[in-house]
Amino acid sequence: MSESSTQPTALAKEASPEARPKSRFYVDDRTRFVIKQMLTRPTSLAGLIIILGFVLVAVLAPVLAPPANPADPWQIPHDGYSAEPSLPSEEHPFGTTQGQYDVYYGVIWGTRTAFRVGLIITGATMLIGLTVGSLAAYYGGILDDILMRVVEIVQAFPFLLAALTLASILRSRIGIGLVAGMIALIAFGWPTYARLIRGDILVVKQQDYVTAARALGARDSRILIRHILPNAIFPTLVIASMDIGSYVLNFAALSFLGLGAEPGYADWGQMISFARNWIPALARYPHILMYPGIAILLFVMGWNLVGDAFRDIIDPRLAGSR
Amino acid sequence: MVNYIIRRLLLFPLILFGVTLLIFGMLSLLSPYERLSLYLPDRPEHGSIDNLIELYGLNDPIPVQYARWMLGDDYLGLYPEGITSPNPSRGVLRGDLGFSFRGHQPVGQAILQYLPATLELTIWAIVPLLFIGIQLGVWSAVNHNKPVDHILRVFSITGWSFPTYVFGLMVLMIFYAKLDWFPAGRLSEWATRVVLDTTAFTQYTKMNTFDALLNGRFDIFIDSLRHLILPVITLSYLWWAQILRVTRSSMLEALRQDYVTTARAKGLSERVVINRHVRRNALIPVATISGLVVIGLMSGVVITETVFNYRGLGWFFADAALHLDVISVLGFTLFYATLVVLGNLVADITYAFLDPRVRYS
Repeated sequence: MSESSTQPTALAKEASPEARPKSRFYVDDRTRFVIKQMLTRPTSLAGLIIILGFVLVAVLAPVLAPPANPADPWQIPHDGYSAEPSLPSEEHPFGTTQGQYDVYYGVIWGTRTAFRVGLIITGATMLIGLTVGSLAAYYGGILDDILMRVVEIVQAFPFLLAALTLASILRSRIGIGLVAGMIALIAFGWPTYARLIRGDILVVKQQDYVTAARALGARDSRILIRHILPNAIFPTLVIASMDIGSYVLNFAALSFLGLGAEPGYADWGQMISFARNWIPALARYPHILMYPGIAILLFVMGWNLVGDAFRDIIDPRLAGSR
Repeated sequence: MVNYIIRRLLLFPLILFGVTLLIFGMLSLLSPYERLSLYLPDRPEHGSIDNLIELYGLNDPIPVQYARWMLGDDYLGLYPEGITSPNPSRGVLRGDLGFSFRGHQPVGQAILQYLPATLELTIWAIVPLLFIGIQLGVWSAVNHNKPVDHILRVFSITGWSFPTYVFGLMVLMIFYAKLDWFPAGRLSEWATRVVLDTTAFTQYTKMNTFDALLNGRFDIFIDSLRHLILPVITLSYLWWAQILRVTRSSMLEALRQDYVTTARAKGLSERVVINRHVRRNALIPVATISGLVVIGLMSGVVITETVFNYRGLGWFFADAALHLDVISVLGFTLFYATLVVLGNLVADITYAFLDPRVRYS
């Protein structure tokens, strides 16, 4: 315990075998501490509640806003084609935006888009980052050098700019839609996790049980997958999963700039981009900005609150500062 | 120390080389036909499309095309005998980033044209940020868990989560559409007329606020400052939050060190302890992220300038990306990536000077 706690992100489980009971659901003290902290701090609790709220909205979307065309629920229904937004009314509780798209429907189904986009991007970036990072850390030497230089090169690009560039190129290849934007964000998002997991594996690699496994003649892949990764993966996994908020934010930024979801798709960023055309009239039509804007702000904030608290908890340098 | 710096310096060209490879790699995702249409947005005059692809060498092996892109068309032996490119390029290495059809000028020139506006925005954003932002972070840490600290933390978490485009539009909605306190654009109409009048006004830096001061026109200075306020706040809000967070947590960490206890035990006043002992050590991480802040501000301009229709580099980039002007987009990205690599190099070296622990790792 004392050894691993000197490593900022080494949240490795207890190394000694007798400390680990047989049950698969056993939660060690450290994890229990983290969970307890997450549930008692006001900030992380607020974040968890916000996220839970969004999960509910996403799950209940077909009930809250029944799609007119169940085959394509992502298309926001529109009531006519008039460009001028209209104010909230009985029929459209959040009003309509440019093109008479229903804001309420867009905000509700936009929640599903946000989770979908966020989960896909986070999953893919994490997978690539994990693979690259563990190969680099485990084999070391020239492979490590090469992979880390590649990481450095990819990180030389400002994230949003690079994603925007790739999205605009991919769009001339595969057309408009969610895919181009998501690929672009994945392509430039993975290096962070490669670095994180590499650092943690370098620590775990030194542990006695790894040496023992090697002495027993275990294959590289077995050592890496059975002994090292389970003990090194946790912090990266959690930190990455909390980046969902920022990926959603960045994807919405692409949509806002016209390189993400197509017009009329239930996506918050895309809806906000409509508001851009009505800046002088925003005082009259605040609803076209405020509803999707607050939705995305809350969504991102929920994840940030949880992620921030988590980082604080696992960083022993800050232990006891709150 | 010297070894460390030499290693970083040697890596610098290698990373830049990788950056150009990656950029060219993105370009070669496009088929020769698509790339041809990028180079020749206007009606081709040199015969059939296949002919043109041949002329531009777009079917050549990728490494040959890369070399030509980097070194220019006059590089010996890259074209088959008897064929010369109709629009010879001088190559990226000699500063030829291609022709921007959205900007109607070479990409390099477009960057130079839009750079001053963005620089002006960035300078006005970063100066208060570094002075006041750090002070707020110190203040928050010193008043740990008191009301001031809580307020600043809420401010910081909100700023960290606020999408720039939502924040910018909300600011415009309130202060421009509703209250009409601040105008949109870069200058008022009357001021634009003065600035463009070459007999009365000299554009030394092309940055309106500074030019106005250099010309002694205080009214224009005020006017352009009024136009700058909303974009500057929007651009830097996120980074206020970031600076505050980092300063606060590194201050809190420094406050728990033994030398602080020692200093207090010696009977030094709290002010001396904070300013002489804590702050100095706490600012090392802040110095590192300052490089990040500059980079972040420089790339944040894409959204901010688009929201405010402020004609700078970011606006140009977003416009080019939206209209699939890939040549401009890649040129711009190359320019930014070079800046980032340079910035990181400077930051690393500064860090090694500031913090002796880095030198030996």
